[in-house]
Amino acid sequence: MIVAKNLEAALFALREHDDARVIQGGTDLMVEINFNHLKPTTMVSLRHIPELRTITRPDSNTISIGSGVPYSQLEIEPVASVLPALAQASRTVGSPQIRAAGSLGGNLGTCSPAGDTLPVMFALDANIHLQSADSQRTVSIHQFMTGVKRNVKRQDEIITAVDFPIIDGWQGYSKVGVRNAMVISVASACLVADHESGDVRLALGSVGPTIIRCRETEQWLKDNTSLTRNSVISPDIAREFGARASRECSPIDDHRSTAQYRRHAISILAARLLQKAYA
Amino acid sequence: MSMNEFYTLNVNGQSMQVQDSWVGESLLYVLRERLGLPGSKGACEQGECGSCTVLLDGQAVCSCLVMAATAVDSTIVTVEGLDAHGAELTDVQDAFVQQGAVQCGFCTPGLIVAIHHLLDENPQPSELEVKEAISGNICRCTGYGRIFAAVEQAVAVRKASHTS
Repeated sequence: MIVAKNLEAALFALREHDDARVIQGGTDLMVEINFNHLKPTTMVSLRHIPELRTITRPDSNTISIGSGVPYSQLEIEPVASVLPALAQASRTVGSPQIRAAGSLGGNLGTCSPAGDTLPVMFALDANIHLQSADSQRTVSIHQFMTGVKRNVKRQDEIITAVDFPIIDGWQGYSKVGVRNAMVISVASACLVADHESGDVRLALGSVGPTIIRCRETEQWLKDNTSLTRNSVISPDIAREFGARASRECSPIDDHRSTAQYRRHAISILAARLLQKAYA
Repeated sequence: MSMNEFYTLNVNGQSMQVQDSWVGESLLYVLRERLGLPGSKGACEQGECGSCTVLLDGQAVCSCLVMAATAVDSTIVTVEGLDAHGAELTDVQDAFVQQGAVQCGFCTPGLIVAIHHLLDENPQPSELEVKEAISGNICRCTGYGRIFAAVEQAVAVRKASHTS
């Protein structure tokens, strides 16, 4: 175990040990270990690295959140008023115990299609900062996630922070699960209505191998409406928006739900979010 | 599996040595099997049940999901280490006994820790805040009614002791 006290030490350890894995809160990784699915040999702990727990405003249009910031911090200020969808998504994660330990970077590292903060990143076109001992790069979330629990992060890299644009508009996150607490999403959606550009962006979770950005549905809405801050969405537009979103996703049957139910849930979630955005 | 981890944990105000351990061991395992503190219970091992709740740097977390060797330089408080202010039981433990909030008892230590954490941060929680605070602690016996009654009693006792 290498308990890194700063980022440099962690990056150096990853370069020196090619079997090394990083651990932040541990809420995903420890489940794998407890059930004997993973037998780690060298671990690099990121828990005590203050640089990964900062929230900054690199410019007036961007908020940058350190990968080690736990969900419990994302639910409250200064994040909640700037990124309400991220706060809402974070509050639906697991239980208070999970939210105190699990982190934004961990959600990205695991990269499950059910990861609650990922649709928010997809709807807001977030950028992911990756750093190794020798290099650093910034990758769009759309390039970062490549499949079910797959991403472009290399073994020697650490996710250091996520940049979110601050928009003038409305954003919200909704999720369907079997109960309110301790639930992994059956279907989820994040909608962002950018009042400056008039664009609406929709991203869906748990209904495909990656998070799905509904580009065709978004374009359809743009072509058929001219939305401003004070627009009202008719029930017909909302219904059609939902129906199109449900056709744009590709859910499967699994132990948590069925493809048919997930499509239905998406049509309702998308329609409701759109109406809420302009209510 | 190499058993080559040596480290020191700060548990309930004491420095405790962990020797010849495997890097993947959870804090729950280390507390129970290596440090002689069986108060935290292990059930689901995946963060679903809350029976293993401890305070790590003042935050209630599932000890089954904390890799023990990462908890160095942190303050750990288990159910054994909650401050009863000289009494045999803490106010929350006493309220559980008084209100009959215990049936099989397996979830109780986790609930006690979670409720201490809640009341230390928020001495006058609303019903919703209590429900959210213990939403990660599963009890299959009580139906929670008596647990809520115990929280109510603990809140009242603390309030009385502050105003008296």
